[in-house]
Amino acid sequence: MIRLDGVTKRYPGQEGAAVERIDMDIREGEIVIFVGPSGCGKTTLMRMINRLIEPTSGRIFIQGEDVTRGNPDQLRRRIGYVIQQIGLFPHMTIGENIATVPRMLGWDKARISNRIDELLELVGLDARIFRSRYPKQLSGGQRQRVVVARALAVDPPVMLMDEPFGAIDPITRDRLQNEFLRLQQEIGKTIVFVTHDIDEAIKMGDRIAILREGATIAQYDTPEHILSAPADDFVADFVGAGASLKRLNLSRVRDVELTDWPTVVVSADRAEVLSVLRRSDKGSVLILDGQNRPVRWATARDIDRDDIPLEEAGLEPEAVVEPQSTLQDVLNLMLNSSHGAALVVDGEGAYLGAVDFATVANAVQAMRREANKELKAAADELGEAERATPA
Amino acid sequence: MSVATPGRTLGKELEEHASGTVTAAEAPPPAARRRRALFGYVAMPAFLGLVCLVLYIWVQGKELDSIEGRLVNREVIRDATVEHVQLTVVSTFFVILVAVPLGILLTRSFAKWVTPGVIALANIGQMVPSVGVLVLLALTWTIGFRPAIVALVVYSVLPVLRNTMVGLQQVDRNLIDAGRGMGMPRLRVLGRIELPLAVPVILAGVRTALVINVGTATLATFVNAGGLGKIISGGLSTSRNTVIITGAVLTAVLALLVDWVGGIAEDLLRPRGL
Repeated sequence: MIRLDGVTKRYPGQEGAAVERIDMDIREGEIVIFVGPSGCGKTTLMRMINRLIEPTSGRIFIQGEDVTRGNPDQLRRRIGYVIQQIGLFPHMTIGENIATVPRMLGWDKARISNRIDELLELVGLDARIFRSRYPKQLSGGQRQRVVVARALAVDPPVMLMDEPFGAIDPITRDRLQNEFLRLQQEIGKTIVFVTHDIDEAIKMGDRIAILREGATIAQYDTPEHILSAPADDFVADFVGAGASLKRLNLSRVRDVELTDWPTVVVSADRAEVLSVLRRSDKGSVLILDGQNRPVRWATARDIDRDDIPLEEAGLEPEAVVEPQSTLQDVLNLMLNSSHGAALVVDGEGAYLGAVDFATVANAVQAMRREANKELKAAADELGEAERATPA
Repeated sequence: MSVATPGRTLGKELEEHASGTVTAAEAPPPAARRRRALFGYVAMPAFLGLVCLVLYIWVQGKELDSIEGRLVNREVIRDATVEHVQLTVVSTFFVILVAVPLGILLTRSFAKWVTPGVIALANIGQMVPSVGVLVLLALTWTIGFRPAIVALVVYSVLPVLRNTMVGLQQVDRNLIDAGRGMGMPRLRVLGRIELPLAVPVILAGVRTALVINVGTATLATFVNAGGLGKIISGGLSTSRNTVIITGAVLTAVLALLVDWVGGIAEDLLRPRGL
């Protein structure tokens, strides 16, 4: 899909290259993460793909076409571009922002208008409310969604994202990352994603390229392999300690078995609710609305209070996750939740099941076992090498 | 929001808490703000009208001698005011015509090397006393409206030039990067992003130039270009305080009025969303 062929960038008057002879294949529909310490040239490398920085030598192919020749503006319109600082134009409405590239490509008004509605819907914003608003009227998370919508405006096959979640608070960031992963399942773009955060790389990447000084590739592999078999000390140091805990970022909710939590519909009467509670060992019951969406999370004491209707009994469900959330997200939310479990809902918000501490603990143990096995294998290998050397 | 994606309202609420609610940032309520803005728009002309009225009553209450009568009468004041406004408007028009394109050119990366020189030149333009420029132009060229305009432009080009450059330079580089990264050609980035975002700062410079020009235009009388300076200098040369005061007050009123108009223009032309 994207092929880098000996791509090099040298700046005049600078010792050594900023990017040194990079060869790389990026497969269609994958998220490839460029990660590395600051100053390693990861952003430079990404910006050469849409020629915001012109490579000194080497060639870049997108869908087999050499893009180092030809008009760079034309090229960039075919590549979605998202930067860390959001970069929404403050003097344009959300709709006008999204229309930037379609307008340049000469789409007619009706088509642009439809596309704006479609894209806002896609990123989970109500088009009627948001299309005529200005960026400063939006929260950071909403702006980030708009930027993604703007980058997708003309449905480009390739997207470049430069620390897209860097300027957002941690709680919102987790949510947006998950949303983006779900979106990617729908749109299946080929994405080059730059970050300095190895945890983000592990969570978001289908493949990770770990870069070192001078943008040479230290390792280019799947997150699983990078965690289990770092190519060298640089990679091992960069991935850092707690690699097995980092794997919580690799395991998704959809990979583990969900626990059943007692549920009732909101229209049920109290006796029924209490009997459901008695039959279960969980101590609290989940109240669902007509569309199967969790509305309240109540204990027997909450149910017992006649003065409060069922739809207001207990607490609002906290710790709500989706199947593509990582166990790391789940653990974070669970630690803050009062029921010691996270609820899993689908894209429409309908209840699917719950994840409790035991499930996460089991997953951690399985990973530990896995990691120990690998370490053991590595030790055996070294031992064999030892034995082989004298002979 | 909750209507479209009811299933995710929980998370959204969480997010609103995390990043500060949108509505809270918009205080004070728009109605109150509009009322205050309206008061600001009305207060200044009302005050200026009052000043003119007081001046009128004061002059009416005086016995004017023949010299005073010749300088302070309806026709002379009207003509002088019209000339003064013409001098101001025409000179400011040419200032914009010169300074804004120049400011744009000087902020392009290919022109970086000439920028200090041009700024120095504009500085000199403002440092040289305008009377000097006027006299030089009168001696070497001609007298009347045109040298007056040239002198005014030379004198007031700096604020507009400087503000154009500052306005363009303060545009967030990331916005330009985002525009370029989406395939906007440089000219389109300039027209669609840089200039609109620089408009408030440029307009502030134009407003400054307007006020400077109202003041400096009083000197135009020395090259026989008329204006309210005619009344002031007439009063000075004949030692008639009533005349001097009338001319000076009218100039001040005109300057404040022009500033007021400039303020309204700034409010109307500022891009929405900023």
